[in-house]
Amino acid sequence: MAEPRALATRVLVAVLSILLLGGVLVAASTWWNGQQAARQSYDRILLGAANDIAESIRIQGGAPVVVLPVSAFELLAQAPDDRVYYAVHGPGGVLITGLDPQFWIEPPRPGRAGFFDAALDGEPARFVTVTRRFVEREFSGSVEVVVGQTLRARATMTRELSIDALLPMALAGGALLLIAWAVVRTAMRPLEAITEDLARRDPYDLTAVPTEGLPREMQVMLGAMNRFMGRLDGQVDAMRTLISDTAHQLRTPVAAIRIQAESAMSEDEPALRSRALDRLLSRTRSLGTLLEQLLSRALVVHRGDSAPRVLVDLRDVALEIMEHDDHALISPGTPLKLAIGDRPVMVRADAFSLGEAGRNLLSNALAHGAPPVTIGAERRGTDAILWVRDNGPGPRDAVLARLGERFNRSADSRESGAGIGLSIVKSVATAFGGRMETAQDAEGFRIALVLPAERDAP
Amino acid sequence: MIRFARLLAFLAFIAGPLAAQEDTARFGTGQTEFLIRSTTDIAIIRPVIARFAELRPDLAITYEQWGSNALFARSRADCRDGTDPADAVFSSAVHQMVWLVNAACAQAYRSAATQALPPSRRWRDELWGISTEPAVIAYNKTLLSGAEVPRDRFALLDAIRERPAFFRNRIATYDIAESGLGYLFAYSDSLEATTFGALLEGFSRVDAVATCCSAEIIAGVAEGRYVLAYNVLGSYVLNSDAAQVGMILPEDYTLILSRAYMIPRAARQAATAARFLDFLLTSEVQALLAQSGLVAKIDATETGLSASAQRFIPLSPSLLVARDANRRDQLLQFWSDTFQSGYLP
Repeated sequence: MAEPRALATRVLVAVLSILLLGGVLVAASTWWNGQQAARQSYDRILLGAANDIAESIRIQGGAPVVVLPVSAFELLAQAPDDRVYYAVHGPGGVLITGLDPQFWIEPPRPGRAGFFDAALDGEPARFVTVTRRFVEREFSGSVEVVVGQTLRARATMTRELSIDALLPMALAGGALLLIAWAVVRTAMRPLEAITEDLARRDPYDLTAVPTEGLPREMQVMLGAMNRFMGRLDGQVDAMRTLISDTAHQLRTPVAAIRIQAESAMSEDEPALRSRALDRLLSRTRSLGTLLEQLLSRALVVHRGDSAPRVLVDLRDVALEIMEHDDHALISPGTPLKLAIGDRPVMVRADAFSLGEAGRNLLSNALAHGAPPVTIGAERRGTDAILWVRDNGPGPRDAVLARLGERFNRSADSRESGAGIGLSIVKSVATAFGGRMETAQDAEGFRIALVLPAERDAP
Repeated sequence: MIRFARLLAFLAFIAGPLAAQEDTARFGTGQTEFLIRSTTDIAIIRPVIARFAELRPDLAITYEQWGSNALFARSRADCRDGTDPADAVFSSAVHQMVWLVNAACAQAYRSAATQALPPSRRWRDELWGISTEPAVIAYNKTLLSGAEVPRDRFALLDAIRERPAFFRNRIATYDIAESGLGYLFAYSDSLEATTFGALLEGFSRVDAVATCCSAEIIAGVAEGRYVLAYNVLGSYVLNSDAAQVGMILPEDYTLILSRAYMIPRAARQAATAARFLDFLLTSEVQALLAQSGLVAKIDATETGLSASAQRFIPLSPSLLVARDANRRDQLLQFWSDTFQSGYLP
């Protein structure tokens, strides 16, 4: 397959075609104009000569006689290289005088004045007929003068006129072509630079391509590409994080489970053995939770990048979490309240991710806070807020400062409560352009996911 | 007389192809036949043709000398029928040559030599003027001398008026019905209307003789039969070698003729004809022609003829007027009303 042509070549080919087409049209029209001009000028000369001859006709002895004027032929000699024809016919087409008594041109419309084309000894020629009427005592009737001339001078004049007109145009065409070439080159230079940059780029290099000083269209294109690369970079990062998190988080619990399993096996006393097995079970359950959270976080991060954003009502999210009875497993017996208003609290986000974030907020409050726990959604100005409140004092300041960081597992946090929970919330907040907010007041501790609110649907 | 002349012209036209040429000469013994027809006397052109035959040994050149009207009739018939044309034609009756070219009987040729010719000696690249010959007044030096020699037409008119008895029957000129060249000169004179009319009147008053053929006219002048001959070609005077014959380039105006050369459309040896044309225009041949008087030096210093008095007969379509039947009839009528025939003994 042939290599696709470069953009600059395409544009230049197009410009060249336009110029050529225009040139052909202009040349044709110029030629036509030149031909008309030459025809008119030499037709006038022809007519002048014919009139000259007609003027020179006298009636002598009852018959027309022509005193052929030299001036008529000097007029015709304005076309110096053309052969001429003349004939003077009396009534009934009788030849009075002419170039050659044995040969004459028949006008196509005898008796009528005007120009006509015919061949003169095999060469194309132009003729004119002029009629002069005599009403005399001795002679009455019309005398017809036919004068003709070959077309060399006309062709020469046409050619010269056309060349005179076309030469500057050809020069202008050449100049236009040069200018077009320069313009196309200039316009294409940034594109070429980018092409070169991309061609030289390391396939693993996902940094943004610089877009300064580029035309708007290309900035749009490159912007899209840069966003795509950024997302790819994020995905790669997320994958890397997932792997490292998983390795980091799982290594210790799995080692602990193994040790506990071994100690349970080595325990002979049933009571001790049963306790060891209980601990093992608890550990396993905790590992399960951890795994779930890790996967959930990975999923949230992934969806934050890739899931389509839809309109979600945060009240629905809160309601769903409320109705889902997972919390009963974590902290049975803790009273849970729902606080939502009448107005919808709309955001544009991914419902699943929001659900995960809310669930983690809730489980955190259940795990670390004091009952009663309230979950709610509200609209405050341009913010849409999904929040969870408990009655406790909240985490200590040191913990608060590092809230949401990965692997933030304080001495307080039990094994089942991983540092991952709030990092999921934070990821969701980042993915949808929001933030995590904490507030401590007399009623207790409130932690919230704050997202930009979607404007109310009309 | 005019009836007779027209009958003769008619006969010449009808019988043109049959009418024999006046003389024939052959040059060279090559394989290729090359036929030249011309009005120029063989004696005058011989050195030129001989030189060409020398340069082109492959040619067998036939040179036919014709009367101008017969040559025209023959060439026209050849052109119409395409039968047996000459390879090159040149004639002093240039109006006839112009007519032939105008009737598309010639073929075009261009070379540096032809392009160098002035426009008056070239038409359509099909007709070329190869010589420079003035129309002169030849006179007998013993009969006219010193102040008696008329330097221009006015002086000639005065002389005729003053001494009609002396000039009676002793002025000769071409019979324009017979001679194409004579007709051409008369036609050209008639364009200079005033003198021409007066001159013909003067000629008729002294019973001038219209006769045929340059050689005979000049012989007549040399013998003293004619005191002077009007409008004869200078080249014939120079070639006559007659010591008693003087030559006047009229100072009011002198007609200058350039023999016209054409290559007939159907010429079999067109390329050779073109070579011959280039050969004729070389400085070598022009020098040869100058010796024969065919290329006259018309310098103001040498002849006292000013540039404004030189009337070149240009090779142009306006010469077609000269051949117009009505115009010719009128001129011949005017002429015959004026002249006595020189044929009468």
